Amino acid sequence: MNDPTTRRTALECMLWAGAGLVWTVAGGIPRASLLGTAQAAGQSFSFVQISDSHIGFAKDPNMDVPGTLTEAIGRIRELPQTPALLLHTGDVSHLSKVAQFDTAEQIVGTAGLDTHYVPGEHDVLVDEAKPFVARFQAREAQGAPDGGFYSFDQNGVHFVGLNNVTDLKAGGLGNLGAVQLAWLEKDLAGRPASQPIVVFAHVPLWTVYADWGWGTDDGAVALALLRRFGSVTVLNGHIHQVMQKIEGTVAFHTARSTAFPQPAPGAAPSPGPQKIAPGLLRSVLGTTEVRVVAGTAPLAIIDTPLAG
Amino acid sequence: MITLTRREALAAGAGVLGIARVVGSARAAAATVGIDNFAFTPATLTVPTGTKVTWTNHDDLPHTVTSASPPKLFHSGPLDTDDAFAFTFATAGAYKYFCALHPHMQGTVVVT
Repeated sequence: MNDPTTRRTALECMLWAGAGLVWTVAGGIPRASLLGTAQAAGQSFSFVQISDSHIGFAKDPNMDVPGTLTEAIGRIRELPQTPALLLHTGDVSHLSKVAQFDTAEQIVGTAGLDTHYVPGEHDVLVDEAKPFVARFQAREAQGAPDGGFYSFDQNGVHFVGLNNVTDLKAGGLGNLGAVQLAWLEKDLAGRPASQPIVVFAHVPLWTVYADWGWGTDDGAVALALLRRFGSVTVLNGHIHQVMQKIEGTVAFHTARSTAFPQPAPGAAPSPGPQKIAPGLLRSVLGTTEVRVVAGTAPLAIIDTPLAG
Repeated sequence: MITLTRREALAAGAGVLGIARVVGSARAAAATVGIDNFAFTPATLTVPTGTKVTWTNHDDLPHTVTSASPPKLFHSGPLDTDDAFAFTFATAGAYKYFCALHPHMQGTVVVT
């Protein structure tokens, strides 16, 4: 039965720091659901996206960022259907420190899942992206030495991990660069248009809000290369809130942080951490506190059921 | 209201001259730029040659102070909350910089 209340509940489950999203690929179309919502049995393939764990951050509203990441991983472990893989869309650490990488790697590792990372701008503060790439992307087939971008296939889906956080230009947004774009063109060439593509990168590849740098300068070039494919899903983080847009056959989605929320575009003087009333942190992480308020959620993607 | 005697006024005047002499010599002048709400304040700072400029991050998230054009004359590395970075400008010119984490944050130091 397709219970509208349950679907609306899922719709309203857009709390600020979620555990992650489960993506289920059925008929070549990836669909998202919040962790903790009802999972359809018998799906052939699913994966989970987490983002912006910011290990090292310890300020209002979250003094225990490792704790909330651990909770997110705990939720993933409880999924009735084991995901095929886990994607981390960057800002694993807060300040690119070795100890922060250590903590993140250890916690994420407890998921026991094949995990693929892309860097956020907080992960590449030391020695360009090299320490991050060496630790979190060692097994990936790098598109360029220490480039931080790569691709792989899983269950017929082509996954492309991009790096749009290095070599940023003054006044600019996220940046892919000519080398990466040339690699992407080659990587996609010759693939049938019917193959589902999942692109994941830290900063949104579409312009969410240029005033706060929430976009990628040359993202449109990458998207042009993806247009001919029948199913393209673009997963990003960076903005610590869920946003979604559908453009033709391309679905764009940003994930929440496991660490702290950021304000809606333009809703505050700056994109600094949004303060949360003391004591609400754990309750907003839990699905039991979800309120149903029909018709006000701006997050269309959540209305996509796992089975339907 | 304060009324200065002629002698005090003379002494004060001498003090001002003294300070001016120090600034004009090799001793560095100092200026500060705040980082607040993802913005450099002031966005444009004009200082005399030899001024040591100190940036302090008052935000809850880290920022950097990084030369906008190569070769990078200065790069602070990540500045966490309340961290500061200083650079002394020895040569006149306009120096543009930005935050390498949030490149929409830009500033200029004009050295005269």
